Amino acid sequence: MNILSLFVLIPALMLLGLWVARNVNQVRGVMVTGSSLLLVLSIWLCYFFVSERSAGNTDEMLLVASTPWFEPLNIAYSVGVDGISVVMLLLSSIIVFTGTFASWQLKPMTKEYFLWFTLLSTGVYGFFICTDMFTMFMFYEVALIPMYLLIGVWGSGRKEYSAMKLTLMLMGGSALLILGILGIYYFSGHTTMNVNEIAAMHNIDPDIQNVFFPFIFIGFGVLGALFPFHTWSPDGHASAPTAVSMLHAGVLMKLGGYGCFRIAMYLLPDAAQDLSWIFLILTTISVVYGALSACVQTDLKYINAYSSVSHCGLVLFALLMMSQTAVTGAILQMLSHGLMTALFFALIGMIYGRTHTRDIRELAGLMKIMPFLAVGYVIAGLANLGLPGFSGFIAEMTIFVGSFGAKPLAGDPDTSFRMVATIIACMSIVVTAVYILRVVGKILYGEVENKHYLELTDATWDERFAVVCLIFCVAGLGVCPFLFSDMISPAAGNILRSIGVM
Amino acid sequence: MVPVECYFVLSALLFFIGVFGFVTRRNLIAMLISIELVLNAVDINFAAFNRLLFPGEFEGFFMTLFSIGVSAAESAVAIAIIINVYRNFKSDSVESITNMKG
Amino acid sequence: MIYELSYLILLLPLLSFLVLGLAGMKMQHKTAGLIGTCSLSLVTLLSYWTAFAYFTADRVNGIYQTIVPYNFTWLPLGNLHFDMGILLDPISVMMLVVISTVSLMVHIYSFGYMHGEKGFQRYYAFLSLFTMSMLGLVLATNIFQMYMFWELVGVSSYLLIGFYYPLKPAIAASKKAFIVTRFADMFFLVGILTFGYFTDSFSFSFAGDIVMGQGTTPFIEGNIAKAVAAGGFIIPTALVLMFIGGAGKSAMFPLHIWLPDAMEGPTPVSALIHAATMVVAGVFQIARMFPLWIEYAPQAMSIVVWVGVITAFYAAAVACAQSDIKRVLAFSTISQIAFMMVALGVSLPGHHGAVLDNHAQLGYMAGMFHLFTHAMFKACLFLGAGCIIHAVHSNEMALMGGLRKYMPITHITFLISCLAIAGIPFFSGFSSKDEIITACMEYSPVVGWIMTGIAAMTAFYMFRLYYGIFWGTENKEAHAHHTPHEAPLTMTLPLIVLCVITVGVGVYTTIAGFAGWGGSFGSFVSAAGTDYTIHFNTQIAATSTVIAILSICLATYIYKGESQPIADRLYKTFPKLHRAAYKRFYQDEIWQYVTHRIIFRCVSTPIAWFDRHVVDGTFNFLAWGANEGGESLRSWQSGDVRKYAVWFLTGTVALTLILLCI
Repeated sequence: MNILSLFVLIPALMLLGLWVARNVNQVRGVMVTGSSLLLVLSIWLCYFFVSERSAGNTDEMLLVASTPWFEPLNIAYSVGVDGISVVMLLLSSIIVFTGTFASWQLKPMTKEYFLWFTLLSTGVYGFFICTDMFTMFMFYEVALIPMYLLIGVWGSGRKEYSAMKLTLMLMGGSALLILGILGIYYFSGHTTMNVNEIAAMHNIDPDIQNVFFPFIFIGFGVLGALFPFHTWSPDGHASAPTAVSMLHAGVLMKLGGYGCFRIAMYLLPDAAQDLSWIFLILTTISVVYGALSACVQTDLKYINAYSSVSHCGLVLFALLMMSQTAVTGAILQMLSHGLMTALFFALIGMIYGRTHTRDIRELAGLMKIMPFLAVGYVIAGLANLGLPGFSGFIAEMTIFVGSFGAKPLAGDPDTSFRMVATIIACMSIVVTAVYILRVVGKILYGEVENKHYLELTDATWDERFAVVCLIFCVAGLGVCPFLFSDMISPAAGNILRSIGVM
Repeated sequence: MVPVECYFVLSALLFFIGVFGFVTRRNLIAMLISIELVLNAVDINFAAFNRLLFPGEFEGFFMTLFSIGVSAAESAVAIAIIINVYRNFKSDSVESITNMKG
Repeated sequence: MIYELSYLILLLPLLSFLVLGLAGMKMQHKTAGLIGTCSLSLVTLLSYWTAFAYFTADRVNGIYQTIVPYNFTWLPLGNLHFDMGILLDPISVMMLVVISTVSLMVHIYSFGYMHGEKGFQRYYAFLSLFTMSMLGLVLATNIFQMYMFWELVGVSSYLLIGFYYPLKPAIAASKKAFIVTRFADMFFLVGILTFGYFTDSFSFSFAGDIVMGQGTTPFIEGNIAKAVAAGGFIIPTALVLMFIGGAGKSAMFPLHIWLPDAMEGPTPVSALIHAATMVVAGVFQIARMFPLWIEYAPQAMSIVVWVGVITAFYAAAVACAQSDIKRVLAFSTISQIAFMMVALGVSLPGHHGAVLDNHAQLGYMAGMFHLFTHAMFKACLFLGAGCIIHAVHSNEMALMGGLRKYMPITHITFLISCLAIAGIPFFSGFSSKDEIITACMEYSPVVGWIMTGIAAMTAFYMFRLYYGIFWGTENKEAHAHHTPHEAPLTMTLPLIVLCVITVGVGVYTTIAGFAGWGGSFGSFVSAAGTDYTIHFNTQIAATSTVIAILSICLATYIYKGESQPIADRLYKTFPKLHRAAYKRFYQDEIWQYVTHRIIFRCVSTPIAWFDRHVVDGTFNFLAWGANEGGESLRSWQSGDVRKYAVWFLTGTVALTLILLCI
């Protein structure tokens, strides 16, 4: 059996284990065992990948395998990983692992909660290991549906409204997506659904590509919070329980960027070159607009959700720049944003669990009451605004350097278009500082105003563990970015060569 | 001998009386009776056309008998339902049963 | 290799930051302070050793070589790469000495000043972080590394200004400092991107090449020539953008607004970060890029000059009217940094054979020299101010007066530093400031005389401050509870050390400058790396000394007495002017208006509204539409069997009719 299938098999076994679990401790046991196994597996996969590459294996995809499961439409369960999917799998494992600890004390219906949580992660893992368009789509849907229940049942605030909105908007994206996928399948000669094979054939008519590119890009873009399809994000994140926000912002939103790159741009290269400028305008708007909106929000989760719009906008922005450095930066930004946002949502969840409010006007002086969480929040905030030594800095800098030097493409309105867009996007680093420091100054510093808060306690061991793990990862990526960029960069190069811009 | 048109007129009259009754009456029993009238109109047609088109053969009459049997069974079921409806809703008016309204 | 331990200069403070940051809360105050101070003492020793080794090494063709003991690729970025390493050349080695000396003094001083404060360990952790970042900034081998440490010093400054986090002004000040410098850094970043893209390099390998007029090095032929070929405006544009970044960090007008507020931080921090080291990062950046400025953007240098002149004048004018002693010192810092900027800006190009001529050398050397001397005497002034605040428990000049009896050591060191900043011969400030004015005079007499005037204002407001603190009436009411007392030895020792440096450097360089000896500052640091001998222009030296002494006399006349009739009359005659100067000519209000009214109210709020109501509204409208559609179709499903029958019948009849007609 292919080792990659373990990424789907282990969650499946976890589901089975959760189903037979009798009490909360057994549920936690299953979750911890499973998610640590997955974490070990993905670390091993990184190690294996690097050693294969350094041993001179230059195949585009490693660990390739394929089993047909629906012959008439040429649908197969094909797996394979390149540098990009390896790091995304690692990210997912870290978030699932820490998410387990962040929802350690979740009540009620712990068992059901973790069942859906695991099902969601199954979808995420499946999406990243697959190379078959249809199977990817299937896993994509598997990852989306549990979100409805997780928010609708365990959420807070206007949870039914948010869950419905999120699911409907993402389903709308899926509808566009399946149209696009079928279009690619049909117009590439309906012989295969395998992404790499379709890319190698390169036989879709450019006019047809121009029709289907927007379908797929917007389809995935909805999940990647592309302006103006991002509005599910503030409501959805605000209502979701902690670990779900973590998983959603940390991993699920990355599915969007990954899909845009792996399916839309890789399979429709001519359209990508012709139309990228339109989407570049949208993503540039996302970057600045998200940051500016975050400046005036008063709910912690809304601030973070808009900040995600800005940061994920930067991911799509860099992908569309189509230079190797920028794309490497985009993937680094996915990692970095995944970890940082997960950290942020974890901390916000923990603070909310104590104060029962997320309104920054009501919070003050938390540094005195819960120093651990407050220090964690400051670190997360500084990482988010791009403090060197944390992941945000290297990701943003790689993106800016790559985007500034991106070659103008045929479809661009002007040769300096990409440069100007980069300069506009650079403005977000200032605005980011404004909204992060505004929050830090308001809620953490100052004197405690609400005397009831004085009785609140600091983080428990499971919360500390989750926070420390995430901070360690954020700092690790920030200090040793070369470990990851060496994996990502060649993979990005392969795809860009196939697109024909390198 | 009665001309065959009379049968058709009779059956047409019965049919429309039945439909009219079904549409206008609110009482379930009355509606059931109206349906019986419609069925009877069809039966008459079967017999009359058999006689007119295929004299000497009996398929039409058999069909008529079959139809009478089915309508008897149908009335039995319908009356059983109506009785249950009456028990549950304390009414035999069709307007009181709106539970399945969309 | 003699420089192989130089990595420890960065590593030790980093380690002590990590140790104190992670485990500090479990430690005794004393242990934490000792860890920080010991690691910094080692760093200082290493820095001195490096400086000694560097400046005593043989010159090649009369030039100090640029040495790169370490450099490795941290992050490859396509054809560019992001390196980390250590670069030693005269200015970075000089900065090494300045930073480690002042930082060590501050570490020692803080033992006394921060004694018993909550968060003592955190304070030392942040000091270590700052020292590491600042050292990394000056040792950077490429502009990206410089930017990275640039951001780190910004964050350390943010954390230290906000050290007293329960206090509202401290929070606001730290936020303001970070955001204003971040705004400037955005330009810096764009400048770096432009420079990197057009030259294919972030490296500082031009340092030492261009100034020698050796147009044959690979870097100039390959990278710089490529950028020049792409457009003559490119390098000047990139440099000016970087200068904006530097202006933010160095508090140049109009980006200076954060520095006076930054005085909310603990006083030793103000001495270290906001007087001696971090705020001169902008000057250092220009000095680092100086070879490019002078070769490729000589016209753009006038921007630097005029920004400097305006800032120097503005800050000096404001300093005359402040009543908070730290604010006076802050504005004085802004003004002095502007002097350094002007000095760099007035270095006009001109080759003298293979070496830059004296003219270009002079301004650069004077700027760097002033950076060095200013760091020492301004740190001393701030630390002295810290002793005073420690004794009086207030920053307001009104609560002081007559302190010379109680605090003799502070008084003497403060006076010496005031004399130095005023530019009195035999004190270090004289030698450097005089060179700056000489360079300005050669650039243009207008600038020269303006700068002389500002130097006079400097002497005036410094002595106003001095008399306000140590002379005049004693405020008996404020001292009723306890009489002010001299600070403990941990606090006075750094004052004495810094004063000794100020006087020692002053005496030697003054004599050397008049006598034309070598071995003065110019022998170590000069634009071309050559041995540059300082010669004072006797005429200018005499003029500026006389003017400085006159201003001091004026200040003595106005402020020394028990009552100050002239000063009071001046307030009454020009109330508006005084008020405007006190309010810093309303710069903060203007910025406040721009940020709060325009950006928050007119941009962010409408965008947030737009998002919630227009973008989100569109999707909610779609949902509403689908819902309404369903509602309207719903009535068809009435559940009334008779209606169904009517529809059925009508349909059948209609269908039959249609079929019949066809």
